[in-house]
Amino acid sequence: MTNALHKKLVLGVAALGLMAGNALAETELRMTWYNDGIEGEVMQGLLDKFEAANPDIKVTLDVVPYKAILESLPVQLAAGEGPDLARVTDLGGLSQYYLDLTPYISDAGYWKDNFGPFLKWLDPNGEAISGFMTQLTVTGPYVNKTLFEQAEVDMPGEGATWDDWAAASKAVADKLDIPIPMAWDRSGHRVAGPAISMGAKMFDADGKPALVDDGLKEMTQRLYDWHQDGTMAKELWGSVSGNQYLGANEDFANAQVVLYMSGSWQIPQFADKIGDAFDWWAVPAPCGPAACTGMPGGAALVALKTTEHPEEVGKLMDFLSAEENLAEFYGKTLFIPGHLGLAAGGVDFATDDPRAKHALETFAGAVPGISPIAFDLQGYVFNRVMFNALISRLGEAIVGEITLDEAYDRMEADVAKEIAEKERQ
Amino acid sequence: MAVSDNTSLSFGERLNAVFAWPVQLLFRLFEIPLSWVQRTIGIPRMPWIFLLPNLAFFGLFVVVPLFINFAYSLTGGAELFLQNRVYVGAEQYGYLMDCGSYLDANTCREDRFWKAVYNTIVFVFFQVSFMVLFSLITALILNQNIRARGFFRSVYFFPVLLSPVVVALIWKWILLRDGVLNAFLANFGIDKMLFFVDPAWSMFWAIFVSVWAHMGFYTLILLAGLQAIPPDLYEAAEMDGTKRERVFFRITLPLLWPNLLVVLVLALIKSVQIFDEVFVLTGGGPGTATQFIVQYIYNTGFTNQVQNFGLAAAASVVLGVVLFVLTLMQLAATRRKDG
Repeated sequence: MTNALHKKLVLGVAALGLMAGNALAETELRMTWYNDGIEGEVMQGLLDKFEAANPDIKVTLDVVPYKAILESLPVQLAAGEGPDLARVTDLGGLSQYYLDLTPYISDAGYWKDNFGPFLKWLDPNGEAISGFMTQLTVTGPYVNKTLFEQAEVDMPGEGATWDDWAAASKAVADKLDIPIPMAWDRSGHRVAGPAISMGAKMFDADGKPALVDDGLKEMTQRLYDWHQDGTMAKELWGSVSGNQYLGANEDFANAQVVLYMSGSWQIPQFADKIGDAFDWWAVPAPCGPAACTGMPGGAALVALKTTEHPEEVGKLMDFLSAEENLAEFYGKTLFIPGHLGLAAGGVDFATDDPRAKHALETFAGAVPGISPIAFDLQGYVFNRVMFNALISRLGEAIVGEITLDEAYDRMEADVAKEIAEKERQ
Repeated sequence: MAVSDNTSLSFGERLNAVFAWPVQLLFRLFEIPLSWVQRTIGIPRMPWIFLLPNLAFFGLFVVVPLFINFAYSLTGGAELFLQNRVYVGAEQYGYLMDCGSYLDANTCREDRFWKAVYNTIVFVFFQVSFMVLFSLITALILNQNIRARGFFRSVYFFPVLLSPVVVALIWKWILLRDGVLNAFLANFGIDKMLFFVDPAWSMFWAIFVSVWAHMGFYTLILLAGLQAIPPDLYEAAEMDGTKRERVFFRITLPLLWPNLLVVLVLALIKSVQIFDEVFVLTGGGPGTATQFIVQYIYNTGFTNQVQNFGLAAAASVVLGVVLFVLTLMQLAATRRKDG
């Protein structure tokens, strides 16, 4: 072996050793994530920046289906095998697994000032700082304005009720032979806002869950009737069992639906898929005798107790929650900001689409009008128990398996049974 | 073996000799400890040594989980680990069985369990009947000397190779409101049919798709049985001028009976366990019209916010008992036949 070759070999081995040493020194964080639109790409961009500034920390974004967030993640967490961070929507339901970041972040005051109201959703006691909202969402309807114009039917105006919108949508669909006049996501969360508008209280005087009351019956009776008279298609609420979620976003994007009750998270998708094919328009939440409210909600990025690197997680959360980074995130994803400073100052949304801008303004403008009951319900730890009982039993009534009165009895029994099971220690 | 001997061997034999030595070496390695074990425990006990690896896996991955599942069924609460859960005795079973009338699921406290039981009974009855019938007809046809017999045998077996999820998704796209079937029906002026909104249609398609997907497997078993029937029996019958129906009922069916029994029992057990295809195809709907027992267990244990592992485990124990009874029936039928 020549000297030169020998030197090269020694250098190569040394370099390999150095790389291995670096690899060993590197801390890897895993973030479980799901996508509604392009937020995964935007988050990856921010993570790349973070890694460039912190070469000793590597963050892996594990993108999973939303169903895995709802069903697999809780089992993983219960088994103590979760990731370091996760994007979740069952904000209060998983709170027992969240890590309190207070000792690991640089400025707890900044977090409380800017995320204060939402921290309570993540911690029923309102003490811990566990994460921030990657998006604030508000439920509400979208309409296909072009269809209204073609049918020469006036869109109901300010203060219109659900009955007004149902009648107008049916008139448009009948005139233009559109298969689905009105579609609501098969989700209890979507029904809750309109039910509260009709007077549903959701809780009794002691703050205990009380799903079924006259307000809820008013709304569910309407939903039932609309399915029977063809205003709503049974394909969503009637075609699957239990608490399965079904959305009509594809049908709306294909101009098969006149009015679609969903929420602000659809904006990026509609801007991308529909573009200027037709005028899709977000409208304010229709009114009832008690309110004109949608439901707040959203997704949060939370730190989890399963992490073995809380300091690094704190560092990452400090970076991601910084105002300039969140402004970039909300701006590119077209999400309503869950950061009070940005909400007050406004976000420069990366879109020229007038429909998307109008929708963002409509949903952001709806936030002050959201009923306090809706906020309480969103913050309630067992809200999914209530939502699931509502959709599964209402679905059975809609297809005629049980009567509405039987459905109400079953809803109450389901909620009581699940909560009792959870509280049994 | 001497080198000179090798020259008289064929190429294949030489190849065998080359590749045989590692195998022989391996056998030698095993031979030493096995000889020692055989000397120690005696030849009559040796079968247990050979069964041990399989028994260990079976015990670890089947028997132990079975007992763990049973233990879960005696607990309540929402904790994941058994040691953290509350012992409730037979309460979960009592909750499942609490009914005003077992003939009306709506009178039961856990109405969904009983709806799932009734749906499963209906599904199993029709699915198994059609499965056995169509598998038998297909096997009889494929056993004839027809054109492109090999091609058709492959075609009927092909769906068995597909994942149940893929099968369900393909059929879902065919059957949706804007699916292929409705587009086809529209050519004849027939209005679009919403198959998954109608309970009867949903059950029909659940059965149809399941039979379509699995028929090939059972056809293959029956085809093997048909080919094992000695041809001289048919020749003798032909010489006697026996009618085709009589040949079928007097020769084919009795001699095919062992295979038919296997098909019947396997189809029955698989049918009771149905989940993935129907879950993707109909989602258990409309309402609970196609929600079967395994989906009930899955929903109870995993999709609710409060994951009720105790109740799900109790329901799965009930399902296990049913499958155990079916297996005993198979054993009894096989023994009666053998006897």
